[in-house]
Amino acid sequence: MSVTLNINGTRREFDGDPDTPLLWVIREDVGLTGTKYGCGIAQCGACTVHVDGQTLRSCSAPVSAVANRQVTTIEGLTSRAAKAVQKAWVDLDVVQCGYCQSGQIMSATALLEKKSKPSDTDIDHAMAGNICRCATYQRIRAAIHAASAQLAG
Amino acid sequence: MSFSVKARVMFIVLAGTARSLAGAEDLRGPETFVSITNQSERSRALFVEAGRVLQHPRCLNCHPVGERPTQGNDRHPHSPFVVRGLDDKGAIGLRCTTCHQDANYAPSGVPGHPQWHVAPKSMAWQTKSLGQICEQIKDPRRNGGKTLPAIHEHMAHDSLVGWAWMPGGNREPAPGTQAQLGALLGAWIESGAACPAS
Repeated sequence: MSVTLNINGTRREFDGDPDTPLLWVIREDVGLTGTKYGCGIAQCGACTVHVDGQTLRSCSAPVSAVANRQVTTIEGLTSRAAKAVQKAWVDLDVVQCGYCQSGQIMSATALLEKKSKPSDTDIDHAMAGNICRCATYQRIRAAIHAASAQLAG
Repeated sequence: MSFSVKARVMFIVLAGTARSLAGAEDLRGPETFVSITNQSERSRALFVEAGRVLQHPRCLNCHPVGERPTQGNDRHPHSPFVVRGLDDKGAIGLRCTTCHQDANYAPSGVPGHPQWHVAPKSMAWQTKSLGQICEQIKDPRRNGGKTLPAIHEHMAHDSLVGWAWMPGGNREPAPGTQAQLGALLGAWIESGAACPAS
């Protein structure tokens, strides 16, 4: 049984096992490799995508769970909040090794799309599931505030 | 990179089933307590037996006193750090559904259910004695405005409550079955819904 997907606005059919992790489909079948494999057990956040505007750990969701829903990967981010986040990330030079950063950006964007002026606590709660082995947490928090200021300006 | 999902899932499911069955405990039914002639004593004894479910980690983990659920049989803090949020379904940007899907997911080991959430603060059970939990369950100001029949219906038939007996992975299920819990609480209500002293 095939699964109908909508990834970054493009309709796709997946004919494999419907229990396959969404992450595998995004990376191996669709070929979008911006979404990263980190832990495989929803502990690190590197595989974060948006489904209908909410964050989802794609390593821990069967592809069947997103049938006929809107999946957005790091390659498909186009919202005003997303552009503000991307600019803030560059301006503050947030990235060190970069492996976790697509997941960080997906979570930061989801936060700002729902709450454009988040407090430090809001940021900590939203970003707690995204681990950065380079410990860029302070720059991530500063960049989210900077993106928030852009959105207000 | 290849991924043999079916083989991996089958292995994990079979292994998890074996562990789950090994961890299951029996629950005594209401008939066990008919010899207690004093009705209040019988009622309290029925609730104490039901309390083996209510105070099992599968139930307590999502009835936290504070903002954060716990996990595991040792009830350690949930990892990653999560909070209940305004609707008991997580914070903005890190919802329960960020990780928990509609069903237990063997490839990652993350449990799931369509209504996954933590119990409201008024229904916190962690750190409470069984007597305190009993009084709380009966109190409409703290139980979501439920009558005792509604409490029985919730315990006996709610599917998220039922997850406690189908937790997946290597998680130990709650004792007995949901039907047995329903029978115990039905008999508890019929006998006057008396609460243990502590």
